[in-house]
Amino acid sequence: MSTLHTINKSPFERSSFSSALTHLRSADALLLIEDAVLAARRGSAFAVDLEKAARSCAIYVLAPDLAARGIEETNLIPKAKVVDYGGFVDLVIQHQRTQAWL
Amino acid sequence: MGGKDLKFGILVNEGPYTHQASDSAYQFTKAALKKGHEVFRVFFYNDGVNNGTRLTVPPQDDRNLQKAWTDLAQKFNLDLVVCIAAAQRRGVLDAGEAKRHGKDADNIAPGFRISGLGQLVEAAIVADRLVVFGD
Amino acid sequence: MAEVAAPEIDSSVKKKLMFINRKAPYGSIYALEALEVVLISAAFEQDVSLAFLDDGVYQLVQGQDSSGIGMKNFSPTFRALGDYDVTKLYVEKESLEERGLTPEDLMKITYEDDDDDFKEKSSIRLVSRSELSDTMAAQDVLLSF
Repeated sequence: MSTLHTINKSPFERSSFSSALTHLRSADALLLIEDAVLAARRGSAFAVDLEKAARSCAIYVLAPDLAARGIEETNLIPKAKVVDYGGFVDLVIQHQRTQAWL
Repeated sequence: MGGKDLKFGILVNEGPYTHQASDSAYQFTKAALKKGHEVFRVFFYNDGVNNGTRLTVPPQDDRNLQKAWTDLAQKFNLDLVVCIAAAQRRGVLDAGEAKRHGKDADNIAPGFRISGLGQLVEAAIVADRLVVFGD
Repeated sequence: MAEVAAPEIDSSVKKKLMFINRKAPYGSIYALEALEVVLISAAFEQDVSLAFLDDGVYQLVQGQDSSGIGMKNFSPTFRALGDYDVTKLYVEKESLEERGLTPEDLMKITYEDDDDDFKEKSSIRLVSRSELSDTMAAQDVLLSF
């Protein structure tokens, strides 16, 4: 039984990113959407936190949101996996519950 | 697990344009429907009720979110519900509500219906997965 | 327009519904409108609980006087939750500490336990961050506002 955690706000704007990360459990998944995708850019001040989370949780980033913000998929932290909206749907199905960190 | 038997419930807590929430919810819902999944209900709460007014006139060269939701509802027989309490606060009314409260107009968009919070709770119970889009 | 479907709720199934409260009251409507959903949910006889973490802990602080900001003080409604059979209000300890709050700063919210001679018990359950994570992971549905 695992949780898909979605984060939509930039970690530089809102503490929801940090809060979500302190509530992750092993085998949970994290999906960054909307402005939160910028946390996964290589070199971002929050990349270290994401990499730490990636040790026990799968980290996903929504591709259309990256593209909109001019972030190339090749410019993310290595552990981040890119998904489209269809992949987002699959992730919701895969995990028993979805928790939105707004 | 194919997941085709799973029902989705979608909660939209923000209005159109100001936050990306409604766009994200729309894109997610469309993707789920295109994959053949059932979306039991899309419930609009907080400022989300503003997705349900037919009086918006967005710029011609950009998306019309209200129309997008209306068209999706029509194509897939989707249940779009606007919370009555949140709608009253924010001025989204159907004809019955307008009459009941002595307002000189109503503005609910086609494909949306105004109903109680019980519809959200029901969706949370009936759906196998509830996805929340907010700010 | 979709027809109003008859409720498909299986009355033999009781889902665990948790409302996640992370925002302070008054600065936005989320605290109030979330509470409105909680009250409606009572009619559905599910296993409803509330989590208060991050700034959400401020929703339960006692002594709220909103007269100066011209807004309605809705905090007394939390005290009525016991009557609606909503008796589990999880408050995250770390969120309190980070804000310089102690459990004594919170409202007294109680319920009468029918299984224990109607004894008055606290609805507020202080939990650690990791305990709250575990509790959230045991829920069927998580509603965030």
